[in-house]
Amino acid sequence: MTKPLYSEKGDHLESTAPVRVSRYRGYTRANHWVTALSLIVLLLSGLALFHPSLYFLTGLFGGGQNTRWLHPFVGILLFFSFFVLFAQLWKLNLPRPEDRTWVSQIGDVMKGNEERLPELGKYNAGQKGVFWGMSILILVLIGSGVMIWEQYFPDLVSIPVRRWAVLVHSLAAVAIILVFIMHVYAAIWTRGTISAMTRGSVTGGWAFRHHRKWLREVAGREGRDPAE
Amino acid sequence: MTMDPNLDSPRTAVSNPPIQPMKANLGVGDVVRASAMPDLPKPERQLTPVAKLIDVSKCIGCKACQSACAEWNDTVPEIEHNVGMFENPHDLTPDMFTLMRFSEFDNPQTGEFEWLIRKDGCMHCEDPGCLKACPAPGAIVQYSNGIVDFIHENCIGCGYCVTGCPFNVPRVSKTDHKSYKCTLCSDRVAVGQGPACAKACPTQAIVFGAKEDMIEHANMRVADLKSRGYENAGIYDPEGVGGTHVFYVLHHADQPELYSGLPANPQISPVVRGWKGVTKTIGLAVIGAAAVGSVLHGLFARANRVSAEEEREAEHLVETTVPVKGEEAS
Ligand code: HEM
Ligand code: SF4
Ligand code: SF4
Repeated sequence: MTKPLYSEKGDHLESTAPVRVSRYRGYTRANHWVTALSLIVLLLSGLALFHPSLYFLTGLFGGGQNTRWLHPFVGILLFFSFFVLFAQLWKLNLPRPEDRTWVSQIGDVMKGNEERLPELGKYNAGQKGVFWGMSILILVLIGSGVMIWEQYFPDLVSIPVRRWAVLVHSLAAVAIILVFIMHVYAAIWTRGTISAMTRGSVTGGWAFRHHRKWLREVAGREGRDPAE
Repeated sequence: MTMDPNLDSPRTAVSNPPIQPMKANLGVGDVVRASAMPDLPKPERQLTPVAKLIDVSKCIGCKACQSACAEWNDTVPEIEHNVGMFENPHDLTPDMFTLMRFSEFDNPQTGEFEWLIRKDGCMHCEDPGCLKACPAPGAIVQYSNGIVDFIHENCIGCGYCVTGCPFNVPRVSKTDHKSYKCTLCSDRVAVGQGPACAKACPTQAIVFGAKEDMIEHANMRVADLKSRGYENAGIYDPEGVGGTHVFYVLHHADQPELYSGLPANPQISPVVRGWKGVTKTIGLAVIGAAAVGSVLHGLFARANRVSAEEEREAEHLVETTVPVKGEEAS
């Protein structure tokens, strides 16, 4: 059997009329939602300390002391949860030649003129950007976060290094929040996407419009399943 | 000598407290700056700026001040091991707000051995880096007399004050997760008593009073030291943090680092300024704009929808690709 280039082995047609394509199995979806939830808790608890005007957010976690305590632990949870997600998704997020064309025609992307864009695999360049952006920023955040973790690592780094670490941590936090907003926005704006992470599948039309190479590969594999 | 209860702060630590009852000051109304509270109203009155002068040249290293500090603040520093020097405990801790630091100096100019003893602790900066860094509203305050105080009930234990302080002073407790440092005995000063350390000092190497008076006193001490051959004697009241309300007379004011690493040009690190300054304002603005922008775009712009035509095309694509399955099944 040839190695899939544009799809995961588990991606399959759930039905043919109408077409529904399975995109994520339950395990991956649970993994995604744990990651998403921890990111949300992190950005709320982090923003509470970020600016006086947002300090009231500590109320969500039962006060400043709890917020200070909770944030780094959820950071660790996020790191491991994302790591498991990363292991499942990284291959299909590697750059491909069509990504370059897609980026150069970003105007058509924004206007929704997808017939003018190249056919794509499971992910477009925007989704890949979110994936790699998150990956790098989470590494930066865990690294700088541990350096400023007063409760357990007060003497891990010198005070001058700690100053840089807290600066880097807040810059990376701003960046990841922007990536997060973009990610959520794109999922909502591109109608029909959310069901990929709720039900685990998308409609054929959605796959045809946005990820046709992926659809072709999944459909082409149908029937040649080694299980048969 | 007793203190005049009409004064707003003690003018010496040597005096006994006023006999007549006096109203405690250093309440909320005397706060000029508070952490994470940028819009604090200006206090109605201005108290006389106070200062503690530590004359290093007079210190005999007896540590009466350290004991008095622990006693007044009711802290119990952990008993440690003797490692062959007088410095004890090994560092400032959440239970030891002041520490005598001993350094040995072979003076190349005179060929003499000098024992330089410095009382370390919070300097009560006019421009405090701890206060600038602290994210918890009201956890660090500065009174109009210059005292910088940690208000523990508001402290969340994040350690940002440690990051912000140019003198490496605050220490976060492992038991209650709150940050501690010298209070300049704000609770004594508020009722007309000088700091416990100054009161206990047998040589009056530590003196307390109005900052103006203390500068005058320090100048006299410097002149005296100069007349006795310490030509580099001087005052350490660093400009970079706007001056401090705890300041030193040093015999080698040209080399403050000799005194267990007293920084020559302390200031709030530019990294800390950048972190608490532009990063926050621009960061928040960008996040806000992105959030509002995407909500507006979501409400008013056309969504990216899949058409019925595309659903049909997908079915067609699947029909023409999948037949493999049908063939195998037949
Ligand atoms: C995506 C994830 C994260 C976001 C959005 C985030 C956000 C933030 C923000 C905005 C702050 C306040 C910074 C400031 O005051 O300028 C902060 C503080 C902090 N972060 Fe994170 N962070 C994340 C991940 C992590 C991770 C992985 C760790 C790991 C240990 C961590 C540990 C800390 C610590 C120790 C602080 C200091 C305050 C505290 O102790 O709670 N963060 N974070
Ligand atoms: S010495 Fe450090 S703790 Fe004391 S006022 Fe200055 S910045 Fe704050
Ligand atoms: S540890 Fe307490 S005093 Fe220090 S910065 Fe954090 S909240 Fe402020």
